[in-house]
Amino acid sequence: MAVLVDKNTRVLCQGFTGRNGTFHSEQAIAYGTRMVGGTAPGKGGSIHLGLPVFDTVAEARRETECDASVIYVPPPAAADAICEAIDAEIPLIVCITEGIPVLDMVKVKRVLQGSKSRLIGPNCPGVMTAGECKIGIMPGKIFNRGKVGIVSRSGTLTYEAVYQTTREGLGQTTAIGIGGDPVKGLEFIEVLELLLGDPETEAIVLIGEIGGTAEEAAAEFIRGEAKRGRGKPTVGFIAGRTAPPGRRMGHAGAIISGGTGDAESKIAAMQSAGIRVSPSPARIGKTLVELLKA
Amino acid sequence: MNIHEYQAKAVLREFGVPVPRGIPAFTVDEAVRAAEALGGPVWVVKAQIHAGGRGKAGGVKVVKSPDAVRSEAQRLLGSTLVTEQTGPEGKIVSRLYVEEGSAIDRELYLSALVDRARGRVAFVVSTEGGMEIEEVAHTHPDKILSFAVDPVTGVLPHHGRRVAQALGLSNEAAVQAGRILAQLYAAFLAKDMSLLEINPLVLTKAGTLICLDAKIAFDDSALYRHPDIVALRDLSEEDAKEIAASRHELNYIALDGSIGCMVNGAGLAMATMDIIKLYGGAPANFLDVGGGASKERVSAAFKIITADPKVKGILVNIFGGIMRCDIIAEGVIAAVKEVGLKAPLVVRLEGTNVEIGKNIIAESGLNVIAADDLDDAAQKIVAAVKELG
Repeated sequence: MAVLVDKNTRVLCQGFTGRNGTFHSEQAIAYGTRMVGGTAPGKGGSIHLGLPVFDTVAEARRETECDASVIYVPPPAAADAICEAIDAEIPLIVCITEGIPVLDMVKVKRVLQGSKSRLIGPNCPGVMTAGECKIGIMPGKIFNRGKVGIVSRSGTLTYEAVYQTTREGLGQTTAIGIGGDPVKGLEFIEVLELLLGDPETEAIVLIGEIGGTAEEAAAEFIRGEAKRGRGKPTVGFIAGRTAPPGRRMGHAGAIISGGTGDAESKIAAMQSAGIRVSPSPARIGKTLVELLKA
Repeated sequence: MNIHEYQAKAVLREFGVPVPRGIPAFTVDEAVRAAEALGGPVWVVKAQIHAGGRGKAGGVKVVKSPDAVRSEAQRLLGSTLVTEQTGPEGKIVSRLYVEEGSAIDRELYLSALVDRARGRVAFVVSTEGGMEIEEVAHTHPDKILSFAVDPVTGVLPHHGRRVAQALGLSNEAAVQAGRILAQLYAAFLAKDMSLLEINPLVLTKAGTLICLDAKIAFDDSALYRHPDIVALRDLSEEDAKEIAASRHELNYIALDGSIGCMVNGAGLAMATMDIIKLYGGAPANFLDVGGGASKERVSAAFKIITADPKVKGILVNIFGGIMRCDIIAEGVIAAVKEVGLKAPLVVRLEGTNVEIGKNIIAESGLNVIAADDLDDAAQKIVAAVKELG
């Protein structure tokens, strides 16, 4: 089963002919993802990586019947690219681009309301269902099909969780990087809802970081669902215990400000919701193994 | 990016926001001339540093003669101001702002920020001006009003009425509150701000509102479309290593420890700092080389780390996705060839093109301690630094 994407997902790439669009589309195709084409304004009608190139997303959607689009366009044009995909009613939009102005995303978030699209990202590694579909920049080789669903604000920590669950022999269903920006598409709760509803996903890894209160909200959600009998064994990790307050730690959203968003309060919220928190980023897999044995 | 108070007030003035008249001064003479130009009879001499808590630390003085302006300017310029927010080392004062005095009836609070949970610009207002809003939120949450603005409508008249009611304003001041709210919102959007804080917003004895202080932070991701704002950057307020890093589009933050880190991805970079601490070491920096870094940028990053005299060991931790391990390897080797390598170096590579990257390092003949995973890498670098004493 897995969630969001599978072997039948037909994927379009916006920013197809650029450096990142080309490199990661090649990797996706090699992994077995059903890439069906891409867009590059002004290059419509040409062929790239053996696939058709279109000028607009609307045309691409009509011609390819794609169900998902991955966006690699540079920050100044990225909000427009997301809105174009929303207008074309693409069900799943995944925006990899890092560095989109926050107020652009405030507008995008408003456009998403009541639309037919779900957005993952921006500033994220994408979404990947092990052995079936790779959308975004996650390294395919570290995945192994199994039973763990992974959701994370950090790209590279998603890879750590995937790598460690593979090494422990647990494997993954779907890994979703929701991105490190303060205003984004899917939040933890919406992804957790999907993972809790997926019969193949037997355990969950939830990776957060300093800044905002999304981890606290996610912990509260998990506590409530567990009470209703929908709980699944969950391991958490929070990055940034040693981060100084008031500094933006790389991700636009990773900042302790106004007395909220520090790691300790997020860890406490997770623990009180029954989530087993890994003490170190290197022990996420092992912590899950221990939890599943208990 | 942060700017000084006097710059923030100039930005707000462009949007019609009421701020006191004032003139920036870089020397004592300039401060006195500013005071004379402003008239009087009351002036405020304000130290311009990128940190709050200036009043309590003696960085803001109300005076009643140009001579007093002179002596305050002499005292402040070149001095080191230690406030709650500067850290114990404080900040050197090299700019002043001389302002006309205001007759204060009440001090209020008004700020705008991006509310992450709602994905919208939100306002926070309170009757408790002049205090830290976090403290008010803790002790008197009932005295805080917060609401988000729909980007489709922007600020509406009812928002103004709500603010006026919450702040206990009437007559002209109530009308003015609505107008200021709309002006601040326009400024926030037009200049891509991430935080706009007016603390205090003052109700004068004449019954009008004026912004007595202003703090603005801008969204770094949007600076490309605001050259006028970029021009306001004061490099003397920033760490030299951080300035060098920003020239290479690197996310770098200087810290106090001895283990330099080069990592890809902000989350992994933070987690790498955390695990160093967990094993008893201390990180010298946060450094995310980013996703699409070139060999040159990686090389520049490595040089910034090695140039830091506090660094006794280096940990390179890469889990390649968009970042390719071979580019990291080439960048590190190029940097070492140029500047040498005195400290122990632990390299952990995983992910995209990992085999090519490992081969490049193996064939370089560089004295690198290889690590299998993050746990191994952190333990090895902490041990190597401890061995040095």
